[in-house]
Amino acid sequence: MTPGLHHYLIVSALLFSLGVFGVVSRRSLLVIYMSLELMLNAANLALVAFSQFNNNLDGQVMVFFIITVAAAEVAVGLALIVALYRKRRSAHVEDLTSLKY
Amino acid sequence: MPEFTDLLFYAFAGLTLLCGFLCVANPLSRNPVTSAMFLVLTIISMAGLFVLLHAFFLAAVQVLVYAGAVMVLFLFVIMLLNIKEEERRKMNIAAVGVGAVAVATLAGILVRALWHATPLATTATVEGSTRTLGRILFTRYLLPFEVLSVLLLVAMVGVILLSRKELK
Repeated sequence: MTPGLHHYLIVSALLFSLGVFGVVSRRSLLVIYMSLELMLNAANLALVAFSQFNNNLDGQVMVFFIITVAAAEVAVGLALIVALYRKRRSAHVEDLTSLKY
Repeated sequence: MPEFTDLLFYAFAGLTLLCGFLCVANPLSRNPVTSAMFLVLTIISMAGLFVLLHAFFLAAVQVLVYAGAVMVLFLFVIMLLNIKEEERRKMNIAAVGVGAVAVATLAGILVRALWHATPLATTATVEGSTRTLGRILFTRYLLPFEVLSVLLLVAMVGVILLSRKELK
């Protein structure tokens, strides 16, 4: 069967679900961050597929912007993780509960 | 008789999902470096999907920016912090199980909705080459493009502020 728009969207949906599962199941801040990247990539795939099958390049420009924003976000987020690690000696979500109680 | 590009789609899609699964839930290793490596593989096979969608420029950017710059940053921080603790701690099986059920429900709803959707009649013709994408980026999307450069500057200043020796 020739892959159509919904094939790409199904791959994107499954990839997004994998990212959500990583966020809820893993306890290391860095792996949670990687799962976030996975979710962003799933959104990118959906946008490119929509852009392609609607004959409209705007979706691909959007993906370009998303990639740039994600790069900036990764830089800031990793700097935050390093700063946290320096203060707490841990990058584990179970050790970062001082706002919980 | 399926065409070669159709087979490529299924190969890249399967590879993307397999490597994505091994990135978030590897049954053999809980080392963050393994996760990062499988995330690189996911990103590269997704660039293959972009090529199949005729988004050639984005495929190149995906490999250069994500697999190149972002993942190197990740690996750099993993090595810097020397994170090994997750291997020692035992996981909360009940929490992971409930999370898996919730996520499987979400995935099931999405896939079921997409499976029964009527597909678009149009076939793919638009081509995201560097020339066409550059033209649209520097005409209609010029202002967002410039705003994005300011965002990158802000992020850079923020990172420098965060990584100083003592945070005020």
